[in-house]
Amino acid sequence: MGLKTALYDSHVLQGAKIVDFGGWEMPLHYGSQIEEHHAVRRDAGMFDVSHMGVVDLTGGRVREFLRNLLANDVGRLKIPGKALYSCMLLPNGGVIDDLIVYFLSENMFRLVVNAGTRDKDLAWIGRHAQAFGVAVALRRDLAMIAIQGPNARQKTLQLLAPAQRAAALELPPFYGAAFESWFIARTGYTGEDGFEVMLPSADAARAWNELRTQGVAPAGLGARDTLRLEAGMNLYGNDMDEEHHPLESGLAWTVAFEPGERDFLGRAALEDLRRAGGRELVGLLLEERGVLRSHQKVVTAEMSAGEVTSGTFSPTLNRSIALARVPRTSGAAVQVEIRGKLHAARIVKPPFVRHGKALISL
Amino acid sequence: MSDIPNDLRYTKSHEWVRRANGDAPNGTVEIGISQHAQSALGDLVFVEVPEVGRTLSAGEACAVVESVKAASDVYSPVSGKVIAGNGELAAQPELVNQDPYGSGWLFRLQTAAPFDETSLMSAADYAQFLADETK
Repeated sequence: MGLKTALYDSHVLQGAKIVDFGGWEMPLHYGSQIEEHHAVRRDAGMFDVSHMGVVDLTGGRVREFLRNLLANDVGRLKIPGKALYSCMLLPNGGVIDDLIVYFLSENMFRLVVNAGTRDKDLAWIGRHAQAFGVAVALRRDLAMIAIQGPNARQKTLQLLAPAQRAAALELPPFYGAAFESWFIARTGYTGEDGFEVMLPSADAARAWNELRTQGVAPAGLGARDTLRLEAGMNLYGNDMDEEHHPLESGLAWTVAFEPGERDFLGRAALEDLRRAGGRELVGLLLEERGVLRSHQKVVTAEMSAGEVTSGTFSPTLNRSIALARVPRTSGAAVQVEIRGKLHAARIVKPPFVRHGKALISL
Repeated sequence: MSDIPNDLRYTKSHEWVRRANGDAPNGTVEIGISQHAQSALGDLVFVEVPEVGRTLSAGEACAVVESVKAASDVYSPVSGKVIAGNGELAAQPELVNQDPYGSGWLFRLQTAAPFDETSLMSAADYAQFLADETK
């Protein structure tokens, strides 16, 4: 049997199809993945993301430590509560994980890491934290619920004490704050507005049920994947991993080469790779009927080969979309091999969908 | 429990076969996937049916059903020549989810000769097969 979150029984009770995900027994969908997807784009949906690792880092030199550990620069975080997306790299530039880091105070930062990489992340972080006197604590006591969609914040506010609602509503994008024992952040993985709420596991089932009462639709990992891909967001293990560096994974924007004197793990390797050029991660729109899937072969105008890293059917666009790693190419027209046949596809710039609207022409 | 109509025959790969002309030894058959199969696949987003005129052998992969999550081959339960594909599914693949034994049919075959039914299961046998499979 796999690991279970504090919401496992709620999922089963609501008819979820349960699948293994990184060792966790998680809901794939509660009946219709596509309806769950539309609920998030049009109203509000919620995901149990308690399988992700919440890691608190404490110590007087924690900022200095993170400026060394992460490819993005926590020096950019000036206001408590502000969050930053970053990769954590091997010395050769390969991606150990992607994560969100929250600046809570000069003595305390919080990381949210992927479930499937949690144990190796903790080992890596722990190994490097010692020299900085930073303590590393996995918050097993917390559950996490992501509430996403145009009406997600309003519905979530109803769970808070009236005195707290104004402050929660005023949280700017990519900021988080503590509300008694809950930590609420205006972040997400869907391309919609919303909150991610970290709360004591003991509160999770009650909060989940209250959100349902507010009309928030439970949504599973299936919808989470189609939503994040429409939003042009990478999935660790598909779009980047230890064999692939950020610059060929559409994540150059998360690598802070400036200021030049900041030394971070992987920096020297990335500077060499940046000069070398190489492949890039692009968005694909399938021009024909069918579904793009990871590992399908992509053929560019120059007849060189690339590969789909994540592909799916986009419920919002009613077309198949993908992320693909391809050699730098001149034209937008490519072909993808699906079951032995070549199909026309077009390179487009992600995101495909944001805030309920298509951002690419079909 | 999955819905398994009594008047159909079933395969281990979860296709169903309907004889259009009762118990005649040959004739026209209609083929689709079972309620169990569509439920396991989830929301279908793409269906490819065989071309009219194509000759199929029993067990041959001849159609594809794709859900958001995965693609799955459909195998012809019997040998014959394709006389129709369900054209509605190009625009409405969800018909297979909504009505797998009716408007969600995939294709029709003209069987050339009396076909071997030993590989096909009755509704009762298929129900038992599903029960054993999920044990």
